[in-house]
Amino acid sequence: MDELIFNLFIFTLAAFTGFELIVKVPPTLHTPLMSGANAISGITLLGGLLIAGSVGGTTAQIIGLVAIIFATINVVGGFMVTDRMLEMFKKKEDDQ
Amino acid sequence: MSEFLPPALQSIMPNLIQIAYLVATGLFIFGIKRLGSPATARSGNQLAASGMLLGVIVTLFEREIVSFEYIIAGVLIGGIIGLFFAKKVPMTSMPEMVAIFNGFGGGASALVAWGEFTRLSPALMTTDSLVTIGLSVLIGSVTFTGSFIAFGKLQGFISGNPITFPGQNYFNLLLTFALFALVGWLTVDPEFQMVFWILFGLSLFLGIMTVIPIGGADMPVVISLLNSYSGIAASMAGFVLNNNLLIISGALVGAAGLILTNIMCKAMNRTLGNVLFGAFGSEGAVLATDGDAGDKTVRETMADDVAIQCAYAKKVIVVPGYGLAVAQAQHALKEVANLLEEKGVTVKYGIHPVAGRMPGHMNVLLAEADVPYDQLYDMEQINPEFKSADVVLIIGANDVVNPAAKTNPSSPIYGMPVLNVEEANRTIVFKRSLNPGFAGIDNELFYMENNQMFFGDAKKSLQALVGALQDLDD
Repeated sequence: MDELIFNLFIFTLAAFTGFELIVKVPPTLHTPLMSGANAISGITLLGGLLIAGSVGGTTAQIIGLVAIIFATINVVGGFMVTDRMLEMFKKKEDDQ
Repeated sequence: MSEFLPPALQSIMPNLIQIAYLVATGLFIFGIKRLGSPATARSGNQLAASGMLLGVIVTLFEREIVSFEYIIAGVLIGGIIGLFFAKKVPMTSMPEMVAIFNGFGGGASALVAWGEFTRLSPALMTTDSLVTIGLSVLIGSVTFTGSFIAFGKLQGFISGNPITFPGQNYFNLLLTFALFALVGWLTVDPEFQMVFWILFGLSLFLGIMTVIPIGGADMPVVISLLNSYSGIAASMAGFVLNNNLLIISGALVGAAGLILTNIMCKAMNRTLGNVLFGAFGSEGAVLATDGDAGDKTVRETMADDVAIQCAYAKKVIVVPGYGLAVAQAQHALKEVANLLEEKGVTVKYGIHPVAGRMPGHMNVLLAEADVPYDQLYDMEQINPEFKSADVVLIIGANDVVNPAAKTNPSSPIYGMPVLNVEEANRTIVFKRSLNPGFAGIDNELFYMENNQMFFGDAKKSLQALVGALQDLDD
């Protein structure tokens, strides 16, 4: 139970950090922000790695494999597409 | 991978992994922080990506991980698919793309929990891990199916209209309660596998049921909310595995997504409850005409006339809407702006928060056409400027410039923040026809004294305007 409480502490503090980080973002960046944050939620990839790479039977490993595929699509696709969007954001000075 | 390391390093590896996780957490936080300003956003995204890479690499050194066939295969397949989508998707389809990536993320979290459930013998599992496995499966599955329904609605595979039946909200509420009860049941009787399967199946079903009653125009809000869910699902998977990095990153995204959802709702003057349970648009055709539609007339204009008005203006404000993006007219617009600037006209863009298909989407579309971001103004910044504007060009936008939102309490959009374009000396609306916008509402602006209508496809009209402006010089 100790571990659960400890994890809840971390969860709560991280959630507050998340709130504070986003409050001040201008609407210009909402789309890239959503897509970037979305890529971060692909962190569950680490869970897939632990399950697919450990000895827990073939069924578990195959589930892990699918989890890795899904999460990697989320991570790679998410970060790349966000970068593609942000690459285009330029100031006027850079234009000339 | 840890067996390849020298013994001294092997023994401290668990600590090194945790330290690396701490660094990755920092990279995520700074990354999100830097995503908050246009000048630093790109580096912010790259910081977050490097945090992810660091997290993945050090995890491979976990002692538990002994085989790599599945890992390599999975990362390769997923990486290629993700890369393909990220490179190919047009900017106009960004909402669909975020929806689909999000669905995969949520699905992955549910699978991680399922994998953990399969891997461990249920009798040995603690109540804690059973609760978190149950919640992870629940939230992850809802995100998975919900995101794909949202994707289908945006793409038009599924009708964008709300699909409703009597008692739907009660049904969904009951289903949600049933699911939490099943999570409870799972913790007391983990060996009864059927409970797990019913939980899994019904969670997938709930994802479908929650999204189908929501109209296509509200999908961005739904995607943002589902984005928040996928973060929470990842966090729950972190509880299952006792992995701090998962817990923290998931919570960050969960909270960030919630705030964004709230901002979007405000921009549309809706509450989240209204979006989720209101089935907006179903009785949509409530036309808020004042009954005197018959004798209202509009003034039509042509490219040459628009060119002259703009060329002799001091300040021109452009109000782009999604119609601009549909017509792929961003580049033609940029050309018009360039020609006007050469003539010494100040050109600014006024962007309503919901101008595109999701908040900030219009900014991305204009950025794609090389419009510098310091010419783009948010609603609060641009609204005081309309008074001093000579000409306002409204291109493919409708509801966001409808004065009825301020003046007519019987209008369905009454109270929605809008751009005060009617305060300008002259407004020119580029539009295909007099058809009402998505909310199905007539726009009083069209009939105002100082308004002119330029009918036609946005791209063709703007190209004609480019021609007319060039002719002025000859």
